[in-house]
Amino acid sequence: MNDLTPTREERAARLEGMGCKRKRVEDIRFTQGRGTYVDDVKLPGMLHGDFVRSPHAHARVKSINAEKALQVPGVLAVITAETLKTVNLAWMPTLAGDVQMVLADGKVLFQNQEVAFVVATDRYAADDGINAVEVEYEALPPLIDPFRAMAPDAPVLREDIKDKTEGAHGPRKHHNHIFEWTVGDRDLTDAAFKKAEVTTKELISYQRVHPSPLETCQCVCSFDKVKGELTIYGTFQAPHVIRTVVALIAKLPEQKIHVIAPDIGGGFGNKVGAYPGYICSAVASIVTGKPVKWVEDRMENLTTTSFARDYHMTTEIAATRDGKVTGLRVHVLADHGAFDACADPSKWPAGFFNIVTGSYDFPTAHLAVDGVYTNKAPGGVAYRCSFRVTEAAYCIERGMDILAQKLGMDPAELRLKNFIRPEQFPYHSALGWEYDSGDYHTAMTKAMETVDYAGLRREQAEKREAFRRGETREIMGIGVSFFTEIVGAGPSKNCDILGIAMFDSCEIRLHPTGAGVARMGTKSQGQGHETTWAQIIATEIGIPADNIMVEEGNTDTAPYGLGTYGSRSTPVAGAAIALCARKIKAKAQMIAAYRLEVHEDDLEWDIDGFRVKGLPEKFLGMKDICWLAYNSPPPGMEPGLEAVSYYDPPNMTYPFGAYICVMDIDVDTGAYKVRRFYALDDCGTRINPMIIEGQVHGGLTEAFAIAMGQEIHYDSEGNVLGGSFMDFFLPTAVETPHWETDFTVTPSPHHPIGAKGVGESPNVGGVPAFSNAVNDAFSFLGATHIQMPHDHWRNWQAAKALGVIEEAAAA
Amino acid sequence: MAKTHVTMTINGAEVEGLVEPRTLLVHFIRETLQMTGTHIGCDTTHCGACTVDLDGMSVKSCTVFAVQVDGAAITTVEGMASPDGTLSALQEGFRMMHGLQCGYCTPGMIMRAHRLLQENPSPTEDEIRFGISGNLCRCTGYQNIVKAIQYAAAKINGVEFQEAAE
Repeated sequence: MNDLTPTREERAARLEGMGCKRKRVEDIRFTQGRGTYVDDVKLPGMLHGDFVRSPHAHARVKSINAEKALQVPGVLAVITAETLKTVNLAWMPTLAGDVQMVLADGKVLFQNQEVAFVVATDRYAADDGINAVEVEYEALPPLIDPFRAMAPDAPVLREDIKDKTEGAHGPRKHHNHIFEWTVGDRDLTDAAFKKAEVTTKELISYQRVHPSPLETCQCVCSFDKVKGELTIYGTFQAPHVIRTVVALIAKLPEQKIHVIAPDIGGGFGNKVGAYPGYICSAVASIVTGKPVKWVEDRMENLTTTSFARDYHMTTEIAATRDGKVTGLRVHVLADHGAFDACADPSKWPAGFFNIVTGSYDFPTAHLAVDGVYTNKAPGGVAYRCSFRVTEAAYCIERGMDILAQKLGMDPAELRLKNFIRPEQFPYHSALGWEYDSGDYHTAMTKAMETVDYAGLRREQAEKREAFRRGETREIMGIGVSFFTEIVGAGPSKNCDILGIAMFDSCEIRLHPTGAGVARMGTKSQGQGHETTWAQIIATEIGIPADNIMVEEGNTDTAPYGLGTYGSRSTPVAGAAIALCARKIKAKAQMIAAYRLEVHEDDLEWDIDGFRVKGLPEKFLGMKDICWLAYNSPPPGMEPGLEAVSYYDPPNMTYPFGAYICVMDIDVDTGAYKVRRFYALDDCGTRINPMIIEGQVHGGLTEAFAIAMGQEIHYDSEGNVLGGSFMDFFLPTAVETPHWETDFTVTPSPHHPIGAKGVGESPNVGGVPAFSNAVNDAFSFLGATHIQMPHDHWRNWQAAKALGVIEEAAAA
Repeated sequence: MAKTHVTMTINGAEVEGLVEPRTLLVHFIRETLQMTGTHIGCDTTHCGACTVDLDGMSVKSCTVFAVQVDGAAITTVEGMASPDGTLSALQEGFRMMHGLQCGYCTPGMIMRAHRLLQENPSPTEDEIRFGISGNLCRCTGYQNIVKAIQYAAAKINGVEFQEAAE
């Protein structure tokens, strides 16, 4: 050793492994406009497809006349349900066990539903074509209000299943009923409510919203008649699932289907499902023999390809007078729209909503969810959250605040009193989950100390007095939220999508010069996998992250995996990566032992190679081991250095966090100002703190948008009123608050590197923090629960309803 | 449909083409010229993913017809890095400050920030936030985009970048 020998710290730093704020490798191409998104894919002779869509929410389709459209210059074909019937594709299976019309078959069930697909030489000609297709409709009464869905006289929406008394998830109670899903002990819970000293009951609604990534859903389908092969470029969060689904419904051999998800411009759940545009483009390519591109416009995106939430949650909590919770009873009315295309693991019709007991030690609970059809777009995706987890977190976090108000207790104190205690982990919840690890008291206390929670409450009390004295028209709200997520779907014992177990995978192949390629079954949509996956490998096997190329999204080369959504990439694929790297390391150790002429057990791992225990100068680095693995492996050992791992997680992971929001609201205008937002996240082991903080910023911004303004609203005729960015709230840099991030680290005990996942936590925890702040602001004026979204107009309405605005001023 | 001949300068190079009167500038750039760095996010002038620099102004190229820009000088994101591949101060700032995630808004955001810094070389945080409010980002929450622009401003102005405490 001499002065030039790098220190251990220098060697570790050079790897850019786990825990470092590695700059992203993706950014080199993205900052120069050199990404390749689906709309950037241009194939020779490529055609464009576009949809004729229904102006009605509910109508019979009397006739479709494409004659004039076919005379429009550039228009080559008009595909209708009749065309699709010849290949048995007029309807397609949904992820939730229902079927969905690909193109209107006899009737339409929501506004903007796909009616016909026009194929033309370019996108302008396709647009001319759709305007020339003549469709005759006979309007039917629309069903918009989910609370009217199961009325005896409610119109029959789904004529295809109106007589079926059994659905994919059990008995149906009504022609517009989809499923009833119950969990928990009803009798025990009823008994807890009977003897409760205090009970609360509130209808807590979570409005219909949309994930709206900046890039819409799109695809290019290219069928090669000679080879009988179908290539699909698409905005797919789960490319392998798409390939299998195409194989099953198009009856093509799976090896002849090539699904490629190139760079994706945000997903947030929008790009998990299969949409009519994909099917129609594939059929159009088969019919015309040319590649066909389909690109949604924004209105189509907001009004047809999925929605999120639309849960109406009647929430009851039983408690003792001193604030110990004794029971939870929740009934959800779930509005699924015209088809049940909810993107959940197949056995979970309401996702993991049974995480609704949250972070609290409820001795008993009962949950019932009724899914119903309405004349609205289908969907029900997990918009930046694990399946229905954000609805559950909102439900319990509002519920706890409502209980605190009734008890006259501080909401943070109520939470501290009821948290699952550290020694209770692994914790079995009343609704069936096994929480892996947590230290809620430490996180909550740290959050309260950082923001000076006691000081904020004192300030609020003073401001309330000033308001009562008429000295100010501003009210102050402090929103507390403590969420527990359930992510990392999932263990094959309870998670599958259409029978495909929800494992994930990694394949690592090292090259002789100490570099390599790693491929996974996940698919980044902005999460930075190319950067972070290489960091895990760098730490595990001592090859610099810069020397590992990460590839995802090509089903021909990537090992089979279930994709990226529900914060599953790190909990599932992240584990596969670590275990795959460890297989390589085990072989490397055998090579090192042979070279260093010692027994394997006499070696110890030292950052980037193996060292003989007690003989620090006897060392063999991974770079050299890579060369030896190919060119002179030990006798009897096959050459090469690569491995594949498929990981079936033993359990989910349970990230958690404490969020506090401070907001001021002017009662006369309803205008609000988020003064402070503090977010403490515990996602277990942290792989890249820079990326974690970035994800928290983004998720909080989406939470802000949802709580304070987003809504896909329908009028009584079923017209969508949130169909553009004029009407659907996406915050700009001006409205978006400043975010403060913090963390604690409670590793997952069952995950190979202890990581839990983080990308969706801020959306899950953020929404109740904002909503609780608004409700907390109004609570001293007599409000118990004000529904989201809390935009200026609704805040003003709330103030008016509470009688704090003079009639003359309000008029 | 009858086509019109247009000529313009894009990233310093003269280009020409035949366009329909209704052809949008963004489609001329993306489809005819096959420069796909400029993105389309909303079709309605809200999101700014298609922002380019047109004769010294930021414009959303989904709301300009190609025939309107005959004779104009346009800069797109492809024209931002040096010919030798060195990233511009803004591109470097976006990478160093983690000012992007999915990358879809990034070209428009960088083009808008480029013009903003020409108009106001030392903007305050509020001025930056207002200055980029025609560009939507769904991933970052803007906080690191603001830092990225501050980083670039400092670099262009030759002063040391001081990251504000959280």
